[in-house]
Amino acid sequence: MSQFYTSTDHFVLVPAIMLALFGCAVLLFDFFLFPEPRQRKRLVWFLFAGEIFTAAGLWRQQAFLASEGLPEITAFQGTLTVDGFSLFFNWIFVAVSLLVAIVSWRYLEIEGEHHGEYYGLILLAQCGMYFLATGTDLITLFIGLELMALCFYVMVGFLRERKRSNEAAMKYLLLGAFSSGLMVYGFSVMYGLAGSTKLRAVAAAIASRDAWDPVVFLAMATTAVGVLFKVSAAPFHMWAPDAYEGAPTTVTAFLAVGSKAASFAFLMRIFLGPLETARPAWEPLLVLVAVLSLTIGNLAAITQNNVKRLLAYSSISHAGYILLGLIAGNATGLKGMAVYILVYAFMTLGAFLVVVALRRENLIGEDIEDMAGLMHRSPGYAVLMLIFLLSLAGIPPTAGFIGKYYIFLALLETSHYLLAALAALYVAVAIYYYFRIVRSMFISEAVAAPPLESTVGLRVALAVTGVLTLAIGVYPEPFLRLAQTSLVR
Amino acid sequence: MLHPITNAHFLVLSAALLLIGTIGVLTRRNMVVILMSIELILNAVNINLVTFSRHFGDVHGQIFAIFVITVAAAETAVGLGILIALFRNRETVLADEVDLLKW
Amino acid sequence: MADTILFYIFAAFVLGGGVLTVTRRNSVHSALWLIVSLLGTAGLFLLRQAEFLFAVQIILYIGGVVLLILFVVMLVNLDETARLRQFNKAWWVALACAVVVGIEIWYVLNRGLETLEPGEAPQTAATIEGNTERLADVLFSEYLLPFEIASLLLLVAIVGSVVMAKKRI
Repeated sequence: MSQFYTSTDHFVLVPAIMLALFGCAVLLFDFFLFPEPRQRKRLVWFLFAGEIFTAAGLWRQQAFLASEGLPEITAFQGTLTVDGFSLFFNWIFVAVSLLVAIVSWRYLEIEGEHHGEYYGLILLAQCGMYFLATGTDLITLFIGLELMALCFYVMVGFLRERKRSNEAAMKYLLLGAFSSGLMVYGFSVMYGLAGSTKLRAVAAAIASRDAWDPVVFLAMATTAVGVLFKVSAAPFHMWAPDAYEGAPTTVTAFLAVGSKAASFAFLMRIFLGPLETARPAWEPLLVLVAVLSLTIGNLAAITQNNVKRLLAYSSISHAGYILLGLIAGNATGLKGMAVYILVYAFMTLGAFLVVVALRRENLIGEDIEDMAGLMHRSPGYAVLMLIFLLSLAGIPPTAGFIGKYYIFLALLETSHYLLAALAALYVAVAIYYYFRIVRSMFISEAVAAPPLESTVGLRVALAVTGVLTLAIGVYPEPFLRLAQTSLVR
Repeated sequence: MLHPITNAHFLVLSAALLLIGTIGVLTRRNMVVILMSIELILNAVNINLVTFSRHFGDVHGQIFAIFVITVAAAETAVGLGILIALFRNRETVLADEVDLLKW
Repeated sequence: MADTILFYIFAAFVLGGGVLTVTRRNSVHSALWLIVSLLGTAGLFLLRQAEFLFAVQIILYIGGVVLLILFVVMLVNLDETARLRQFNKAWWVALACAVVVGIEIWYVLNRGLETLEPGEAPQTAATIEGNTERLADVLFSEYLLPFEIASLLLLVAIVGSVVMAKKRI
């Protein structure tokens, strides 16, 4: 019998071990060391330490790949694969978890639900994301996805006293479980095709068949429904507006960014791995989904008055843009996807952080009217929000422009002119509804309202996201190189 | 008249069960019944996996099925926890609100 | 021959139980029919020589999951919901979707099944070790990693359900 826990296995697993270890440590210490609610914010330091160790593990992997000139390291007999792709996404997860964690404690205190479990769940969710980005085995991907999803179901319902939060969690769980049931049905058919759960074997089995083979189509269609649900692409988006609105805003930010990036990593692993040869079959399907996402996301956002709900619809439309990169499918398109996901992560996170700042004692502050006259009350926040909104709309010199630029470039290179025209049209629509917020902030009369809540963590996180959103837009080269490394697979 | 049972029989059965579960999820309003419909879907998956496992003469499919059962149990536990939280917050026990009114 | 008859009996359990699960008005009845469906599935596992899964299905699924569901149904007292409309307004849309998907799956299976069976896979020679032993061998070597992740998953499930269901944490 072969040795089943080699040093390579350990090397690849270190970041996940660290995340799990510190996740469990937070759960334990919360109970033993910090019984007082006021002390709980110290748990952020544990999370911080956990992320540092995780980052160190990732850094060693990256250095090893670079020094040996290897494209990838596989471990556990092909169950995990560390490559540029997995590292790229894992760096995003580390950044996002950290930024979310440092803004959370004050917000949760105001909501009256500041519990240590929150930080444990963030770390364990990130552990699930690690396996989503790194896994190359159907079982591992499935378990990783469920680990992440379960953490999110709980976090979405974290405001246990609020009916809205409960309902959001319930709805998210029911639809999430349903979609992952369909997805795992697809996985079972893939296993039936290959006789193995390794993606590589599945890819070989599917490649040996016709692209329109009905069994491959069945596996592809059911898997696609599950995956597209997770990235909240229309018509599988019904959960997103409710879950985003009902969840605590910090969780909404984590859900909109972390979960979405992880799900896109998963989507790319599946569609560019085993299903690559079935492209003729899934391309029309994805075109339909992308067009629907752009349409529903952008048109439904126009009428929203709740900022979180508006951003939810806008994130549906962003999922559509990212899918366009996959449809184009050339090197530019895949690079565009990576850049777009990176850019999306920071600008969306930033926009949600401003909403976090708007939450004060006795004031929920989620409606567009709550931002009225923000420029006169808190000009710093208003300007930051303006930057994030410009970026979300894709206006230069912000990061969002770079993301959209590569997607459009890829579409033009592969002669998808109609899709490019449609996507450009929806940029105009998007500008309209983002400017509703801007108008409210800069033109509307200031209303008497208490000043915005601000903590050190929130200021740091806003500064980081704001600076990155501008930096990627003004000087994109290093970030493009980073995205380029993600293509190494 | 009776044919010997092939893998095809099992796969058709599992597809039918998947269909029943899907219809249940999409049409019922009662959350508990939706959870049960999801269990039906996961059972369809397990029938598939066990059939393929036998077909290939290995146990990988059965192991996959064990993981599916684990996930089903975990999802149900969390789902029911959320259900209890939802129910507790409803002081006016309007049964109508227990159901998800809109998707 | 006996296999064939058993298959049809179990299949009737599975499908009949499934249909009744999704159509019963009373959640408790639904749960009881779910047990019937799960028992049928367990029987099918036995027909496919998955003895260990047969046991897991009965102990864990029926004994654990369905019992949990029954507990909660009684705890939250869904009696009043039984008198309400059971299907949502969009049921015909859902039904249409399901019918389309059903036809598609049927078609796929009809056309695709012969391609799915590339000659009977080599039957492994009857080994002395039983099904459980073989499972354990593979589970704890090749699938050690997912096994460990599953432990995290269960931890999250425990923590999550406590966080959700407990009044004060």
